[in-house]
Parts: sequence; C-alpha cells; structure tokens
Amino acid sequence: MSAVNPAAIGGIRVEALDAEAIARIHDATLHVIETVGVRFPSERALATWEAAGATVDRAAEVVRVPRAMIEAALKTAPPEYPLAARDPALDLSLDGRHVYAATDGCGIEVADLQTGERRPSGIADVAEIARLADALDEVSFHWIPVSAQDRPAVSRSLHELLACWANSTKHVQTESIVSAREARAAIEMAAAIAGGRQALRVRPVLSMMQCTTSPLGHDGGSLDAAFEAAEAGIPVGFMTMASAAFTGPATLAGTLVVGNAEVISALALMQLAFPGCPVYYAAAQTAIDLRSGAYTGGGPEDFLFGAATNQLADFYRVPLSMGAFATGAKAPDWQAGVENALSSFLASAVGSDMLLGLGLLNGSRIWSHEQLLLDAEIFSIVRGMLRGIPVDDESLALDAIAEVGPAGDYLTAPHTRRHMRELWRPRFMDRRPMGVVEAEGGGPRAWANAKARELLATHEPERLEPALAGELAGIVHAVEREAGVEPAPTVVDVAAPAGIGR
Amino acid sequence: MTETEFQAMRQAVVDGDADAAEAAARASIAAGIPPLVAIDEGFMPGMKEVGAGFAAGDLFLPDMMLAARAMQRALAVLEPELKAASVERTVAGRVVIGTVAGDIHEIGKNLVGMLLSTSGFEVHDLGVNVAPERFVEAAREHRADIVGLSALLTTTMTGQRAVIAALTEAGMRPPVKVMVGGAPVTGAWAEEIGADGYSEDAMGAVELAKRLVGGGATGAGAEGPAR
Repeated sequence: MSAVNPAAIGGIRVEALDAEAIARIHDATLHVIETVGVRFPSERALATWEAAGATVDRAAEVVRVPRAMIEAALKTAPPEYPLAARDPALDLSLDGRHVYAATDGCGIEVADLQTGERRPSGIADVAEIARLADALDEVSFHWIPVSAQDRPAVSRSLHELLACWANSTKHVQTESIVSAREARAAIEMAAAIAGGRQALRVRPVLSMMQCTTSPLGHDGGSLDAAFEAAEAGIPVGFMTMASAAFTGPATLAGTLVVGNAEVISALALMQLAFPGCPVYYAAAQTAIDLRSGAYTGGGPEDFLFGAATNQLADFYRVPLSMGAFATGAKAPDWQAGVENALSSFLASAVGSDMLLGLGLLNGSRIWSHEQLLLDAEIFSIVRGMLRGIPVDDESLALDAIAEVGPAGDYLTAPHTRRHMRELWRPRFMDRRPMGVVEAEGGGPRAWANAKARELLATHEPERLEPALAGELAGIVHAVEREAGVEPAPTVVDVAAPAGIGR
Repeated sequence: MTETEFQAMRQAVVDGDADAAEAAARASIAAGIPPLVAIDEGFMPGMKEVGAGFAAGDLFLPDMMLAARAMQRALAVLEPELKAASVERTVAGRVVIGTVAGDIHEIGKNLVGMLLSTSGFEVHDLGVNVAPERFVEAAREHRADIVGLSALLTTTMTGQRAVIAALTEAGMRPPVKVMVGGAPVTGAWAEEIGADGYSEDAMGAVELAKRLVGGGATGAGAEGPAR
C-alpha cells in the first residue's frame, strides 16, 4: 500500500536569521541584481526582460533589473498550491504547514543491494528505486534518483520520468529536464495522466526543478524548460547550489545573497512571463572542502543554509524545496548519520515545504537502498520532533500521577496504554542487549538491506493503465524519432503485460 | 641586489599578489636577470613554498590559486623574453584541455588548468563546448602529451568517448594520453572509454598528469597513488 506521512510543522521553531538580517539580505540581493546583474543565456528570457523594461546587455547576456520590478513580479507568485499525484489520495498541499520529503537526485552510480559493488546507474535502477520509495510513507514525492545512463541523452529525462510514474502513484518532481523539447514532452505526458491540459493546471502531477549556474547565472536550456512549465501551470523552481569560497563568497551571508539573487531573479522572470504561475524557491548551498574545492554536503555551514533559506522563501511567500540528506559519506555510516540528521532537522524545523533527498551517498553521486531506508528512519525522528510537546490536561496526566503516587510505576496505568503508541519506535536503531548483539550479529545496515529486499519482493504499486502506458511511451519515442535517434525501450515496453517491473 | 629581487619574486607568489609578481618580473628584466633564472630562482621557489604549505595543511585551495595566478602573470611577462632569446623553458608536459561539446561548465576545468600550468605544464585551454576535431587540431598544433577532457553532465560525458575516438582516428593514440574528469565521471567510465586516467579533484589531476608524462618531459610512467 502506498502512503505519505509528512512532518507537520508546529512543535519546534528554529530561527537562523532575525527580521533585520532577512531585510538586509533582501536589500543586498536587490542591489546585486540591479547593479551587478544576472546572466540569462536564453533568447526567450532576454526578450521577456527587455519587454518588461529591464537593462539587457545582449552581448554578455546579463540582465540588470530595477528592484521595484523584482519586488512587484514576486508578488504575483501564489503562496500555496498543490503537488498532485497519480493517486489523488497522495496529493500534497504546499501550505506552509508540512514538510514533504523526497528521494534525492541525480546519482550516477548504484551500490548493488546484493553485492554492495558500485555500478553505473540505468533505467532499471530508476524504476526499482521509485517502487521502493513508493512503499515508504516518509517519502512524499520523487525526484529522479539516478541517471538512466543506458537511455539516449535526448530522451533520458523522459525515460526516467516514465519509470517513476510507472512504479509509483506519488508526485514526481524532475531535476533532469533541461531543454524546452524535453519539457514539452514531459508536460504532454503529465497531461495524459491528469486528463488534459486544464486538469493538469488544477492537479499538476509533475513539477520541475532547474539548477542555477552559480555565481549569478542560469543555464539556457533550463530556462527554456522552465518557461514551458510555467506556461502549462506546472510548478517550477530554481535551485541555487552556490558554494561558499568557490561559487559564492566565503561568508555565509554573502553566499545567501548570491544564491538569493539567482533564485528570485528567475522566479520574477517566470512571473513576468506568466503572472500567477506556481513557482518555488530551491536551494542546496554548501561550503567547499578547502583542500579539494569539492562539494561537501555537510558541516555547520550547510546546516545553517538549510535553516536560513526557508526564512528567505517565507519572506517572498513562495514554497521552498530544500536540499538536505546530502551526506558526503561513502557508505551508510557515522558520517552519513550525523550529516543527514542535522541537515534534515534544521531544514525541517524552519518549515521547508519540500525536503530533498533521501538515499544518495558521496555528495549525491551513489545511490544506496540501505541509505534510503536509514534516511527514512532519520526523517521519522525529525517528524516526531516537529510534533513538539503538547501540553493539556490529558498530557499533563495528573490523574495517572495521583493514581501511581510516589515509588510506583506507570507500566500498567491506563494512561500509559492510551498514549504509549504515540512514542517513536525505531525500525533500524539497535536497541538490543549487548549479549544478543554479540550472539546474533546484524545491525542497522544489515536490517535496512533485508528490509529493502523484502519491500522489493512484496510491494506492488498501482500500475499505469496499459493504454495510458502506451501513450506515454509513444510520447518518449516521438521525441527520439524527431531527434533521429533509435527509439529505446521504455520501462513499460520492457515490463511484463501484468506490469511487474522487477 | 639580485637576492633582493629574487626575494620580491618569491614573496609576490607566496602572497598571491599578481600585480607585485608582474612588477617583479619587469624589474628582473630591467636588472638584466636572465628570464630563465628569474623563473627558476625567483618565482618557482615561491610556488614550492606554497605547495609545501598546502601539503602541510596550513594553506588551502584559494592560497594555491592566488599563487598560481601571480605565477602566471609573471610568466606572461617573462615568456616573450625567453622566446626572443630563443631559450626554451623545460616543461613537465604539454596539455590541451577543454570541456566537451554540448557542455558549458568550466569551473572545474579552469581549476585543473591553472594548477597544471603552475606545476610546470604548458597548458592550452580550448574553453567550453569544444568539438572533437578541435581537440585533435590543438593536440597536433601544440604537440600535446596529454589531452584533458571535462564534462559535468551524464548527457555530455559521452563526448569524452567521441574525443578519444577522434584522437585514435587521427593516429595520435598513443602517444597522446587522455585524462578525464567531471562530477559524473568515474574510474569505471574512464576505463570503459579507454582514457588513460581520471581524477576526482583538481589536485589529483595534477598528480595524474605527472604520472602520465612519467614524472619528466618524457619517459616511462612512474607508478604511484593518485593522491
């Protein structure tokens, strides 16, 4: 059975920035957009900016925008909207009161569940991961978890998207659609699932995420894909991954300004083109490793970025999709636990609407089913913490306290039986006595491995209707034919008639 | 007198002060110091000092990059003098680098190029979105020992295979070695496409390049760890 169980915000509040700090970052950001400018290497983007009256340097493809124009454009962005799912019972409401976690993306290798060996990722991995994530209520929606490197570059993102839809009834947000052609095909696929273009606007079963090119730039193909999404009413977000001391200033505030300039300039652009279209803020800033220059995915700076960014998104009254769980660890180990627990907790405690992403290791490069399940356990702890501590007559338990009195115990108190199931229970934390551990072996990682195998052997999500599956595959193949590429089998082409994708 | 000038050259590199490095290079010419001597006894000791600081963990990548930039500014002044005097500087190897066709990401490639050039390599950076034929032409023109190929996307890294094919087609492999890099690139990929090596980061790429050219201008490859 497929289910989603997000974290409800309310019990805990964390603040990384006070109102004055947010105002200063906002002001600095507008100053940067107006004086330094942001690069928009897309004809459609430059033309939109020109039409709006911004200063466009065509040769450099750099746009400088008056602050009032940015502020006015951002005001038309809707603060709340849904992310729909194939199964309407799994629709998500970006209402500012929930944290919805998703799988991570986009990895390039998979740690094999049976052998533990690393191998390049392919379309079968995308399908299997989507099915496994479908079985976990901690996962509310999907990102494309790994790259389908065994499918043609021209249609790869569409194969990946179809593999997710074919193996899960939950919402899919793509991070791998980076051209207008792919975006148009993906929207056509989404409309086929939703029941037409208009129905898709009401219940977008697809959302898109585009990466910025830090510092202060965008990718042309990504911008063009975003325009297609915005035009169709598909929620679209822009993610900054500005890295302190490399693609952003070494100071956290400076990197927040650079990333904020990238994101809000793009969101404003979408609003100028299609006022009122659903957009969101996305971010996964980091601080580089000072010796190698590499992305780290951990450390106090990353966690603070996670805490600060939702405050910026709230300031602009748009949802946030926040990168967390981005551990640089090479295996599901101590480092992965520390980094993913802290990053997910801080980003959740500030109320990030969407939280990425479970399952990847080595700075979002290596997929691990074990890590997915262990990350889900971390999220379940965070979800428990966000509930906070309700204080009322029943929870104060005065009757039970009087009944037990001094020196008794609460094991058999009726109050205990009423409330004990509210207590968090682990699936993978090792709470066994030492002697049992020594006698039996095993432990969190082994249990996660076994659980993944069990779920993959048993979990069967509701499949696509064969006619719909055929229609979606046809859209993918049309893109391939148009590009002069031999059509590659999609997951629904290669699946058995019953649709078992194992 | 010369000692003071060598000291200024060394310090400019250690400080990562490109303006001071350029000024020191000009001063050395005015003082009649042979450019090769200025490089070897003035600027290179600065690079070595920064390299030692990095190895010891006291200095970081930004320090290395600033030193490299200062060194490059000095070389830009001194190299025309070398050429005019028909003196050829011994280089560790000649490298042609670029980001493959369809890919516009350059930060990682630039980092590798900068560190290679200050590790004694002659680097020819072809930029981004570079067609396979362009790599072949440049490798021939500059008598490259190594061609370095960068790609940041799984959809573009197949371009690395295309360049290797083009170099093979042109009859240049061997002797031209190919090193590959970029976020989606793995050792398995490098092996699959027949590259001679790959590195996960820029410092590793310098070590790899040194190994590929055998630790000197030419010669048999010296085995050793990538980092």
